[in-house]
Amino acid sequence: MNIKPLVYPYIPNSVPETKKQMLNAVGAESVEDFYADIPDNLRIKGKMNLPEPLLAEHELKTHVETLLSKNRTAGEYTSFLGAGCYQHHVPAVCDEINQRGEFLTAYAGEPFDDHGRFQALFEYASMMGELLNMDVVNVPTYDGFQAAATAIRMASRINGRGEVLISRQLNPAKLSKIKDYCGHDLELKLIDYDPATGLLDLAALQSNFSANTAAVYFENPGYLGLIEVQGNEISTMTHDHGAICVVAVNPITLGMLNPPVEYGADIVCGDIQPLGIHMQFGGGHAGFIATRDEEKYVMEYPSRLFGITPTAIEGEYGFGDVAYERTSFALREKGKEWVGTAAALWGITAGVYLALMGPKGMQEIGETMMSRAKYAMLELNDIHGIKAPLFTSHHFHEFVVNFDQTGKNVLDINRALLEYEIFGGVDLSSQFPELGQSALYCVTEVHTKTTIDRLVKALKEVITK
Amino acid sequence: MNPDITKQRYANGRPKLRRFHQAKWDESIIFELSNPGQRGILMPKTEVEVHEKVGDVAAALPEKIRRVEPPALPEISQPQVLRHYMRLSQENLGTDLNIDVGQGTCTMKYSPKINDSLSRSSKMTALHPLQDKDTVQGILELMYKFEQLLKGISGMDRFSLQPSAGSAAIYANVSIMRAYQRARGEAEQRDEIITTIFSHPSNAACARTAGFKIITLYPDEDGYPDLDALKAAVSERTAGLMITNPEDTGIFNPKIEEYVKVVHSAGGLCSYDQANANGVLGITRAKEAGFDLCHFNLHKTFSTPHGCGGPGSGACGVTSELQKFLPVPVVEFDGENYYFDYDRPDSIGKIGPFYGNSSVILRAFAWVMSLGAQGLREVAEIAVLNNNYLMNKMLQIRGVSAPYARGKRRIEQVRYSWEELAEETGVSSEQIGLRAVDFGVHYWTSHHPFIVPEPCTLEPSESYTRQELDEYAAIMEHVAGEAYTDPELVKTAPHNSTIHTIDHAPLDDPERWAVTWRAYRRKMGQPATSE
Amino acid sequence: MIKKKLGLIVNPIAGIGGRVGLKGSDGLEIRRKALALGAMPESHNRAVLAIKRLKPFKDAFEIITYPSEMGADVANECKLNTTVVGSIKPGHTTAQDTMQAARQMLRMDVKLLLFAGGDGTARDIYDAIGQEMPVLGIPSGVKIHSAVFAINPINAGEIAAQFLNTDDISTREAEVMDIDERSLRDGVLSSKLYGYLDVPYIKRQLQGVKTSRRPEEPAALMEIAYKVVSNMRDDILYIVAPGTTTRAINSMLELQKTLLGVDVIKNRKLLAVDVNESQLIELLDKWEAKIIISPIGGQGFLLGRGNQQISPEVIKRVGVDNIIVISTADKIESLSGRPLLVDTGDPEVDIMLKGYVRVVTGRGESSMYRLSN
Repeated sequence: MNIKPLVYPYIPNSVPETKKQMLNAVGAESVEDFYADIPDNLRIKGKMNLPEPLLAEHELKTHVETLLSKNRTAGEYTSFLGAGCYQHHVPAVCDEINQRGEFLTAYAGEPFDDHGRFQALFEYASMMGELLNMDVVNVPTYDGFQAAATAIRMASRINGRGEVLISRQLNPAKLSKIKDYCGHDLELKLIDYDPATGLLDLAALQSNFSANTAAVYFENPGYLGLIEVQGNEISTMTHDHGAICVVAVNPITLGMLNPPVEYGADIVCGDIQPLGIHMQFGGGHAGFIATRDEEKYVMEYPSRLFGITPTAIEGEYGFGDVAYERTSFALREKGKEWVGTAAALWGITAGVYLALMGPKGMQEIGETMMSRAKYAMLELNDIHGIKAPLFTSHHFHEFVVNFDQTGKNVLDINRALLEYEIFGGVDLSSQFPELGQSALYCVTEVHTKTTIDRLVKALKEVITK
Repeated sequence: MNPDITKQRYANGRPKLRRFHQAKWDESIIFELSNPGQRGILMPKTEVEVHEKVGDVAAALPEKIRRVEPPALPEISQPQVLRHYMRLSQENLGTDLNIDVGQGTCTMKYSPKINDSLSRSSKMTALHPLQDKDTVQGILELMYKFEQLLKGISGMDRFSLQPSAGSAAIYANVSIMRAYQRARGEAEQRDEIITTIFSHPSNAACARTAGFKIITLYPDEDGYPDLDALKAAVSERTAGLMITNPEDTGIFNPKIEEYVKVVHSAGGLCSYDQANANGVLGITRAKEAGFDLCHFNLHKTFSTPHGCGGPGSGACGVTSELQKFLPVPVVEFDGENYYFDYDRPDSIGKIGPFYGNSSVILRAFAWVMSLGAQGLREVAEIAVLNNNYLMNKMLQIRGVSAPYARGKRRIEQVRYSWEELAEETGVSSEQIGLRAVDFGVHYWTSHHPFIVPEPCTLEPSESYTRQELDEYAAIMEHVAGEAYTDPELVKTAPHNSTIHTIDHAPLDDPERWAVTWRAYRRKMGQPATSE
Repeated sequence: MIKKKLGLIVNPIAGIGGRVGLKGSDGLEIRRKALALGAMPESHNRAVLAIKRLKPFKDAFEIITYPSEMGADVANECKLNTTVVGSIKPGHTTAQDTMQAARQMLRMDVKLLLFAGGDGTARDIYDAIGQEMPVLGIPSGVKIHSAVFAINPINAGEIAAQFLNTDDISTREAEVMDIDERSLRDGVLSSKLYGYLDVPYIKRQLQGVKTSRRPEEPAALMEIAYKVVSNMRDDILYIVAPGTTTRAINSMLELQKTLLGVDVIKNRKLLAVDVNESQLIELLDKWEAKIIISPIGGQGFLLGRGNQQISPEVIKRVGVDNIIVISTADKIESLSGRPLLVDTGDPEVDIMLKGYVRVVTGRGESSMYRLSN
């Protein structure tokens, strides 16, 4: 090889003298000795087809920053996008903590050498427990989609049944995930929502129960923004049929809204991205699953559960995995899923967020979001041709806006809004065609009266063009 | 006499062991820091005009859906929240801090800070995944280009970056296998997947979750999966093979191509778990061995930080024949613009909410770009050199051995066995690990089940200096020596750690286990709300 | 604090034969030969290694043991609270002594009996107390065929320590094997199931938890049994060989199982129990059948000459393809790569069986494992 030996900053022993010394120490001629077992026909011929490296850190920085400069962010524009990923203020302390190298670069040490991580995650689970009024919360899984899919499988494992009734008011992408994860051995039935109120159609639910119904799944708020107020009725029906009630929530709403366990939910799941985690183009998600502290539920979690336990010193706490055997024989068992790297750092971050927010913060953020969303709905509805919200029941911070009477479609409206540096709501016209030309608008605490007024003004102009 | 100050930390060319003590803050549980009334952060308040227009939104909610009692979260001021978590962070041993060769199979290498800082740019963090594609050309280009890098590294034809971690990628690959067999009308018939005991347990677990039956192969005397057993195991029921190479023992299976051929001739697909790619970058890859699918753990080989257990990222790659089954969407380029292609009717659908862990992908992209082909090759070669160098030192220690393929080299990690030491001293591998904590390092035994008795798996990677490897070996030697001369000291370790010995019994007892503070208080007979 | 009682029986002559190349040490003649060749009793040293593990907990328990070489020597060397019962003739201990010791310890409400010895000692203890008390063997003999032993003396001590420290005692049934020592010396392995002892096991350690783990034995057995039972077809005979794993099949169907013998199940009910070879042949004249077997003991023994019921003739009739092999993954792994063993006495049948066999290890899990003779 006629390439000048390079020394790499991340590869200390790439210094030629060091390499030589180390080779001598093991009695090897060259590193080729170590690959002696790899047959020739499995060796890559020549070099991998990769671009020239950016060896100087400054060059790397410039390269990536140039790429990123082509992005326009939700901070630079005004974004009314939601639909599962939310723009909230991320407290500086949250970023500070999840940047700490001790947390950022740790992995799977013992409760002794990585005590901090165990305690931080236990505290996260504990604070989520308070938010949800439930005693068992898992170490985070990948995202809310996974949490929902796993919650559904857990229900099926618990009662050994094979059918799941799923509310249609959910993200189609989430349904796709659930189908992929559960569809090969569970039957999934969709239950419609009332076209006027947007709430779950109780009659449809009732008629779809069978002796094989394992679970009923719905979301609160639903994908289209509706607060489901029939929780009691749904869970009662579910329990009457011997099934398990699974509810997905957005945790940011729980300062204001009743946690699902209060209206009969057995397994609660969701995504903690709204709790102090940047949107990161969809890369900031983590899922939670919560249940009561009953053995039959605890035994079905595929994820880790960190428990607290005393040490030999009074007042000192240690942590460890609860019920790690968790592999009891279950009739409907088709594999207890798996445990692996998921989203622990986001769990720690969410814990920091909840600690900063406290009960008052959670109440206030909920109130601010609901108020401003309501304001937006009222103002938008005043625009000729726009109906906001489309549904009559209560909303939290997301709502459907219908543009049918404007004669314009959402695609064009949103394109036009870009000129005003506004991201309009998510286009629902292909996912939910029964809603016509509708979009899902999301308002959070980062939107002010001013920005909402600007949206209203822009839409007025766009529609009349 | 003035002592030679350059010899204070070294003796006979070897590092002396540190007089390490882990940070020990004896920190309360966060709820115990609560002071009613304190605020950690204030929220924007609804404007007066807005309030006038909308009224009391809380009161407008139906009673049955309104939260009655505020959540019993702790009430703590901001500096105290920060202090609490800073202290906890000090009680954690990240790779940034320690010679992290002791977490074998995890590839705990340096996560370059430049990549972290780039991923925290608001041009990355403040992007909503559903923004108009014209506003996210930068990140789309990055994802597209990263896919091209992975293609170059693996020889595969198409990648999905959507899986959030290694196991998710394995699951996606299983799903793709199933879709493939379904398209050929053979999904009913092909319900078996073959794997090996030394492959990552997720290969079996993910395939089981997807509804397959698993056949596990055990190693032959040399430590390679038994090829004859594979031949006996394949049939018309075989959907595929899932295998890691080199396996967690660090041994490369030279007959891997034969394995692939056996499975192919039975009509199955072959998926390559490349969790152990760090030692073979630029040397060998999925393509040459004939694999149909593969996956990489970006938080292993590709340097992204482990985050205490995520977020990571798992990239799954396939041959062109299988690309139509990949999760949707994929990133495409039309010559001018990048965009998401959703028009993929044969796709297995979505496996995650959006497109993958973008900021993790950004870090991995930057890492590859900073090294290039030659750099990646250097990564592999030095990782392997470091491993064999460390192995050479380890095998000189009394009581340890490296089972299988004795006398042969290893690739990037080694699974050792302390069986001899355990028999002679009564000290177990786990206890050695706990004593190692007293010197500021991690230590890992093995995945379960422990096929290798009293196992210990070390993986240096390319990030450590020769001195650091010497130090780790010196710690091992020292602790092993203590097992012979002062076993009680080892058995009662750790002594210099954050906490004392944990009582594990409550964790298995439904009456006593507590996953949350509220559960713990309840079971200890404490009042529900703090005073 | 009420101290728990730990029983200790050391068989002073166990393991004597091994090092000097003699197989087994039953029989005074063998013993004399071995001592003449300079063999040292292994059992004492092994027992000390095991018991030493318990020193940190010495205030929590007391040892109940027999005099001098049958246990007191070991306990004294380890300096533990000891109560010595019974009497022996030092240098002339026999199986009777072992049995008496075991019975006495049972009467004294011993919680766990540790013994240092081999298969012979295991059989003696079984004869004395059966499954009335948990028992754990400290391996000290030559090759151990019974599955009642810990992996090594230290492991035995670990298990005993955990056993003493918790009230939650996990035990599993383990096979006691009867090896024909004489034929063994002639190079022929002839073993059969002798009985079962209740053996404690450690719930898995918590170190290194990055991924999910497999079930402990009771759950694993149910998984396997569930799989086999759900595949059972009507009007076919299922010939169930003896063993702890195969017993789970009968349990899953809520049927009794003959302890050491072969049962026949048809349409999920017992058709015949404790059958011999001719009864099986008669049944095979009328119906098709499958055989369900599992490796018994600690050496991966699948089918041997000791197996009087499932004879080569029966196997030929049933057909090698209709043999269902079941085993927990733990048991397979304890073989450390050694093959499963068959030695039916009929070379033709042995050859038919040799090669690779699918072993059912769980509900959706199996292994392709090597079978040899």
